[in-house]
Amino acid sequence: MSFVEYGDTIQEGDTAIVFLGHESMFPVKVQHGSKTQTKYGVIRHSSDLIGKKYGSKVTCSKGGWVVILHPTPELWTMNLPHRTQILYSTDISLITMMLELKPGSIVCESGTGSGSLSHAIIRTVAPTGHLYTVEFHQQRAEKAMEEFREHKVEHLVTVKNQDVCKNGFGVSNMADAVFLDIPSPWEAIGHAKSALKVEGGRFCSFSPCIEQVQRTCLALEEHGFTEINTLEILLRVYNVRTISLQIPDLGKAAEDNSNPGFDSSNQANQGVMCGSQQQGTAQFKSGVPLREMVGHTGYLTFATKSLS
Amino acid sequence: MEGSMGLGARIQEGDCAVLKRDEVFKAVPILKRRKVIFEKQWFYLDNAIGHIYGTTFEVTSGGSLQPKKEIEEPTTETKEAGTDNRNIVDDGKSQKLTHDDIKALKEKGIKGQEIVQQLIENSTTFRDKTEFAQDKYIKKKKKKYEAVITIVKPSTRILSTMYYAREPGKINHLRYDTLAQMLTLGNIRAGNKMIVMETCAGLVLGAVMERMGGYGSIIQMYPQGGPVRAATSCFGFPASFFNSLYEFPLSKVDSLLSRTFSIETLPSESEDNIPAEEESNGSLDEKPASIQETEEESTTEATMEGNQTEEQETMDLAAEDTENKESKEKGNKENIREKQRKQQERRKKLVEAAALLKEKNADGLIVAGRFHPTPLLLSLLEFVAPSRPFVVYCQYREPLLECYTKLREKGGVINLKLSETWLRNYQVLPDRSHPKLTMSGGGGYLLSGITVVMDKGKSDAGRLEAQKTEEPTSKKRKLEELHS
Repeated sequence: MSFVEYGDTIQEGDTAIVFLGHESMFPVKVQHGSKTQTKYGVIRHSSDLIGKKYGSKVTCSKGGWVVILHPTPELWTMNLPHRTQILYSTDISLITMMLELKPGSIVCESGTGSGSLSHAIIRTVAPTGHLYTVEFHQQRAEKAMEEFREHKVEHLVTVKNQDVCKNGFGVSNMADAVFLDIPSPWEAIGHAKSALKVEGGRFCSFSPCIEQVQRTCLALEEHGFTEINTLEILLRVYNVRTISLQIPDLGKAAEDNSNPGFDSSNQANQGVMCGSQQQGTAQFKSGVPLREMVGHTGYLTFATKSLS
Repeated sequence: MEGSMGLGARIQEGDCAVLKRDEVFKAVPILKRRKVIFEKQWFYLDNAIGHIYGTTFEVTSGGSLQPKKEIEEPTTETKEAGTDNRNIVDDGKSQKLTHDDIKALKEKGIKGQEIVQQLIENSTTFRDKTEFAQDKYIKKKKKKYEAVITIVKPSTRILSTMYYAREPGKINHLRYDTLAQMLTLGNIRAGNKMIVMETCAGLVLGAVMERMGGYGSIIQMYPQGGPVRAATSCFGFPASFFNSLYEFPLSKVDSLLSRTFSIETLPSESEDNIPAEEESNGSLDEKPASIQETEEESTTEATMEGNQTEEQETMDLAAEDTENKESKEKGNKENIREKQRKQQERRKKLVEAAALLKEKNADGLIVAGRFHPTPLLLSLLEFVAPSRPFVVYCQYREPLLECYTKLREKGGVINLKLSETWLRNYQVLPDRSHPKLTMSGGGGYLLSGITVVMDKGKSDAGRLEAQKTEEPTSKKRKLEELHS
C-alpha cells in the first residue's frame, strides 16, 4: 500500500484503517508482533492482518469483528492526529478542482499543519508532480515529514521549516498553484506570486474571518491577480430513516376507510403505508438532516496569476 | 506523459479553447475564417492564434485585436462625490447624450473606454453620486461598452462552471462543487482502474480523465448506441489519454456477470454510432502501440490474443455498396479498408474492456446521469475490488434513499453517506462585503461509500452500520439541561 497506489493485501509497515462502525474508526500501523486493542477485543497483526485482503473482516478476540480498510487521503483526514485545526474533505475537494490540480502539477502550500490537505494534494499530483509545503513550527514540520515517509510519499513532497510571510516558499517561478492557510495570508501574496510560474497559475487562500478575506483580496488586487473570487461551501449530510406518521382519527365512518384523505397511490413502490387502518400510520423513507451540522469552516478565496 | 499545464501554452489552430467574458464562458474550436458569436458580439479568432492562453482581447469591427493587458484607469484629478442621494431626482434627463449620439459614437469605431468617459462627463448626476454609486455606474457602463474577451485553456473548473451555467439540463444539473466532491470521494488519481457510468455529455468522464493524467485505465459504461463525449472533446486531451479509455455497453453487463457474454452476440455497430468527437480527438487515428501499458493490461492482452484471431475469422464485415465507377473504386476500397480497420479496432477494445471488467478488481465506480441509480449500483459494484470508494450522483434525493436501503440489504458496502453541498459566493469589497447569491438545491445529491469483502453467509455488514446511535448521550444530556 501507499497513499498514491492501491495494494490488495495488508503488509507490514502499512497504515491501515480499522473500521468499527458508523464513523468510528482509527488508523493503525501494521507491524509483526504488534497488538491493537478495540472494543471488540484484540487484533494480532501477524495473524489477523498481514497477508489479508484489504476490505475483509477481522474477528477480534471477544468475538466481535471489524473491517480493515485501505488508506486514502479522505480516510486519513477523518483519522489523523490533530496538531492544528484541519481542512476537511468538503473544502479540499473544491480547492483541488478550483486550483486545477492534476498529475504533474507543482504546488506550494503553507502551513503544513496536520497534513490533511497535503495528503490530498500529493495524491492528486502524483506520480510526476511535487508539493512544496512550508511550516514555521519546527516540531510540526518534522512530524509531517515523518508521516510522509511512513505513507511512502516522501519522494513527492518537500517540507521546509520557515516563515512563509518572511521567506516565502523557497521556490520561484515553478508552481502551477499556491495554497495558503495561515493567519495573515495578505503578507504572503507577494511570495505566492513569485512562486508561481512566469506564465501564470492559480491561487487559493483559506480564512475563517471575513476581515482576513478583505485584506487578502486587496493584496491580491495590488499584486495584479485576476479572477478574484470568494466562496464558501457547506456540507449537508442526511440520515436515511423510515418515518411513520400517525393518521389522525377524524371520526370517519368505519365503512369509509378506503380513502384516508391523502394520496396513497404510490404505496406499492414505496413499500409504504398503513398495513391496516387500525394502526393508522403512514410510512415513508426520508433523508433527515443531522440535528447539528458544520455551519462554517472558512472562506475560500481563489485568484489567477496571468502573464503580465 | 504530457505534463504541460496548459498555462503558457500558445493558442493554435484546431485547439479547443474557452472564451471568457466576466463570468460567462463558451467553448469554441479555434478555426481560421470562422465567425464566432459570443455575448451578442461576433468576431473571428484568426488574430488570436499564436498568443498565449489567458490573453485578453478587445473586439473591434469584425476581428480580434490584442489590447494592453493593463488598461490605465483615467484618473479624475479631484474625485468629487456626494455623501447620499437625498438630492438626486430621477427625471430621466440626467444623461445629456441621446441614444442616437451614443450610436454615432459606436459607429465611428470609438473605443469603448472613451464612450464610457463621455457618458460620465455628460451625466449631470454623476458628481452627486456617492463614491460607491460612481464605481457601480462605471462598472455597469464598462460591461456594456468595453467588450473584452479572454481566451483560456479548458479545464474541469472552467468546463463544469460553463456547463452548469449554460446547459445544466445536459449534465443533469450537476453543479461544479458537487463534481468536485465526486472526484475527491472517489479518490480519483493516476494509476487507477476506474469504471465510469455517466450521461452528463462526457463532462464527468473528462473530469476523471484530467485527474488521472493518462495513467491507469477507464472503462466507460454506456447506454444504447454509444457514449456521448461532447464535453470530453472540449478538454482537448492528447490522443495518448484515449489509449486506455475503454467503453462497454450497459446492455451487456448482465451477460458478462452471468458469464454468457460473447463478442459474437454484439450487433456490429454502424459507423454513425460513433460519436464524431472521438474522431476529432484523434483517438481512432493511426497511433503507435501505446507506450505506457499497465501490467494488468499486457497480461489480459496476452490471454486475449488467442480469442482475437478466432474472432477476426468469424467477423462479419458489413457489405458496402461500392459504386462501379472505376475512378472512385480506389478511394472506395480505401474507405472500406479504413472502416474495417476501425471496426476491428473497436471490437478489439471491446474485448479488452470485457476482460478488464471480468477481473472484478476496479479501483472505484463513478455513476452520474439520468438513470435510476439502484440497478446500476447493484450490478456495477460487482466489478469493483473490496476497500474501494464509489460515488453516485443523482439530481433527486429519493432514488438515493432507495439505493441506500438496497445496498444495505445486499451488504458488501460500508460507510454509506448521503450528502449534498451548498455553495455561497461572496462580494468582497472594502466596506461592501456580503454574500452574493446562495445556491442551494439544484446542485444534486451524492451517495458514497466503500466496498468490502462480501459475507459468504447472510449479510451482517448491516450490523456495523446499525451501530449508529441516534444521538451521542452527552449531547442528549446537554439538550435536557437546555430544556430544564
